[in-house]
Amino acid sequence: MAAAVGMGQQWVLVEMVQAFYEAPAYHLILEGILILWIIRLLFSKTYKLQERSDLTPKEKEELIEEWQPEPLVPPVSKDHPALNYSIVSGPPSHKIIVNGKECINFASFNFLGLLDNERVKNAAQASLRKYGVGTCGPRGFYGTFDVHLELEDRLAKFMRTEESIIYSYGFATIASAIPAYSKRGDIVFVDEAACFAIQKGLQASRSNIKLFKHNDVADLEQLLKEQEIEDQKNPRKARVTRRFILVEGLYMNTGDICPLPELIKLKYKYKVRIFLEESLSFGVLGEYGRGVTEHFGVNVDDIDLISANMENSLASIGGFCCGRSFVIDHQRLSGQGYCFSASLPPLLAAAAIEALNIMEENPDIFQILREKCKRIHKALQRIPGLIVVGDLFSPALHLQLEETGGSRENDMKLLKRIVDYCMNRSIALTQARYLEKEEKCLPPPSIRVVVTVEQTEEELDKAASIIREAAQSILN
Amino acid sequence: MYMFSNQDFVPLYQDFENFYTRNLYMRIRDNWNRPICSVPGPQFDLMERVTDDFNWTFRFTGRTIKDVINMGSYNYLGFAETEANALKTVADVLQNYGTGVCSTRQEMGNLDKHVELENLVAQFLDVEAAMVFGMGFATNSMNIPSLVGKGCLILSDELNHTSLVLGARLSGATIRIFKHNNMQSLEKLLRDAVAYGQPRSRRAWKKILILVEGIYSMEGSIVRLPEIVALKKRYKAYLYLDEAHSIGAVGPTGRGVVEYFGMNPEDVDVLMGTFTKSFGAAGGYIAGKKELVDFLRTHSHSAIYATSMCPPVAEQIIRAMKCVMGLDGTTQGLQRVHQLGENTRYFRRRLHEMGFIVYGNDDSPVVPLLLYMPGKIGAFARHMLTKNIGVVVVGFPATPIAESRARFCVSAAHTREMLDTVLNALDELGDFLQLKYSRHSRSSRPEL
Repeated sequence: MAAAVGMGQQWVLVEMVQAFYEAPAYHLILEGILILWIIRLLFSKTYKLQERSDLTPKEKEELIEEWQPEPLVPPVSKDHPALNYSIVSGPPSHKIIVNGKECINFASFNFLGLLDNERVKNAAQASLRKYGVGTCGPRGFYGTFDVHLELEDRLAKFMRTEESIIYSYGFATIASAIPAYSKRGDIVFVDEAACFAIQKGLQASRSNIKLFKHNDVADLEQLLKEQEIEDQKNPRKARVTRRFILVEGLYMNTGDICPLPELIKLKYKYKVRIFLEESLSFGVLGEYGRGVTEHFGVNVDDIDLISANMENSLASIGGFCCGRSFVIDHQRLSGQGYCFSASLPPLLAAAAIEALNIMEENPDIFQILREKCKRIHKALQRIPGLIVVGDLFSPALHLQLEETGGSRENDMKLLKRIVDYCMNRSIALTQARYLEKEEKCLPPPSIRVVVTVEQTEEELDKAASIIREAAQSILN
Repeated sequence: MYMFSNQDFVPLYQDFENFYTRNLYMRIRDNWNRPICSVPGPQFDLMERVTDDFNWTFRFTGRTIKDVINMGSYNYLGFAETEANALKTVADVLQNYGTGVCSTRQEMGNLDKHVELENLVAQFLDVEAAMVFGMGFATNSMNIPSLVGKGCLILSDELNHTSLVLGARLSGATIRIFKHNNMQSLEKLLRDAVAYGQPRSRRAWKKILILVEGIYSMEGSIVRLPEIVALKKRYKAYLYLDEAHSIGAVGPTGRGVVEYFGMNPEDVDVLMGTFTKSFGAAGGYIAGKKELVDFLRTHSHSAIYATSMCPPVAEQIIRAMKCVMGLDGTTQGLQRVHQLGENTRYFRRRLHEMGFIVYGNDDSPVVPLLLYMPGKIGAFARHMLTKNIGVVVVGFPATPIAESRARFCVSAAHTREMLDTVLNALDELGDFLQLKYSRHSRSSRPEL
């Protein structure tokens, strides 16, 4: 046995030596050079890439002693404009009690007046008796209730899409939806006036962001053309880079509507997908309240993803995304705000379902809301010192100063005086708040005026005249 | 994969990214997203669903599976209840205030209920001030970016929750990860950070923030708080403690890990937690010194752009917290905390005795039972359902692929009989599926 093994080893050695003699010269020379190179590398001195002089432990101790970090938070001055919140006692409905004064509410986004609706409250009560308050788990782990499934079904039917998905918080809806589809290396064309939630979603997605001027289709087309030229230089990369256009139906920051039909033309011309954020236009625009797509008569299948929050027209909490099943189903595993967060409390879902029922039964409230918007828009024109920013039928308007008083701080102080004046005369208004240092394109300071279906025409006229008085007395 | 009418568009998903989803997850998909149709208390009713095409689609038969023992919901103190008496104040607030708020905290959404709740939370935790937010996940992802930014350093535990990771990424600070609950790894990172400063420019770091959780939801381990506080004091770092699972669930009176270790709440710079788990509601809070809370009131993304918490949910938290603190005049809250502790210790002891490998600290109500083999995940969950017990199983990618586990959440509302039923079923199933891996009577990961 051992002899046979020995013979086997010798056999291999003989073969090796034979191969050595039979190999071509260049092969031997190449192998020889490689072996010499390896020997040299093995014996050469190792060197570090960075000249990192290692500190002695004593030096480290000294550095640790000396180091002084910044305080965890910088001090906030007592009269910071955003520090003292106005306290609302009781429900923020049509008649609201702010800081003890009873006012008419022109500041909450309660467009269809469903915050106070008895039917909605009864539905929520019934759900409270059956399910309790919280769901005690995310959707994947016994946090899916039949009300959630029903609400998703109803929203999909209402918006006439295949499927919808619910989130438990409005801000998290679009901020989780964007990173689920758009990853590092993809390109997103987004409007300058996009809201903060969209900006955070884009930041989380780490994609390339290209801003185009607000509602300027020509600027967007210019950017798309430039991108096309880039693509031709590198077609391989272009074939795997996804492209998205991200717009809002009604912009929160400027109150105007996006030019959807032109955007759809661009979509098919340049092969970009459209994501539409309809927080303010859901339940406001369109003959039956289905939003911007109904308003323009565009086929909803042309939009890849519609995202909205239920905190405005539906007077509930949370948000939803709807679209084709192929698109929406992906979020069930990769939407972070969906998978890693507790689901929506069932009483809020039941309230949203009842609110949808009311919307479907009374389609004329949308026309009434639009009439009221037109009325106040006209009434607020030609106020000396203030300009109205927003479309004729937008229920969330901004009042900006015609001439700025120098610094943003001074402008905000002036606007605060106008707001206080109106508040003293029973009109509740609020300034639009922004996080100054983090917004990409900070809008100018403004007062938010919100129109709801519950406001009567006298109240609208009264509000307009009080604002006019305020402007005249304070800005002159 | 091309869409039907949209030829020439770049594909939305890449084939290799969802390889795992299509081939592995789909086969056992029926163990997740199970819809229920009752309150998620110690027992619930499941909607029966069947699949005709191997889990690609489901349909409901219309029948419900009644009284399934619930070992999956985060109902630690048993506040997920529908007793009319208990929910009376919540129903009143719902009738009075409605469901929505329709505005942000800084504009017109700051209700008196929020002020009441914040004062109560500050009293509960024994700190100066607190601020509440509408969603627990969003509390982390929207406030960490306000506290730290570029030029700061975040030291985060290996197994931190997605919300902490997202918040850290959105802040723009440098992130360094230390091994799970490993103090040597953390100290080494701290020493190097303070001594060497920022990479390349060598400037000193502006601040260092340590992100840890009270109880880790997939491991059941409790953070080593005294050692971390000692380290943070020595190296002048700041500590952010996420008590999502531990508030209300550990500690002699349910005040969380700070009380469990007998420490001073002032030692932790930022106390964060959620109300979803122990209080049966939704939302999150951040508490600490008054300067911190004032800063967050003015600079938090949530206060400026996101709707505030809805009033009935706030009332539920108020009544649950008052119950735990004993302010409602009964000792029911304290009883619940003690019952939870007893249930936890009993459950864990029996599991150890049976020979299962269980991770985590002996006092944590989160009990992960190791299955290891991905193939056993489906079998385990389906068998437990036939015995009328609902369990949560977790696999890749939430855990490493060879460390799949079943995670039990013990609740104060579970009776001894329910726990015994579950333990007997586990005993049988452990023998059938050969899950009793333990060769000792204690867990084989002592550093947890």
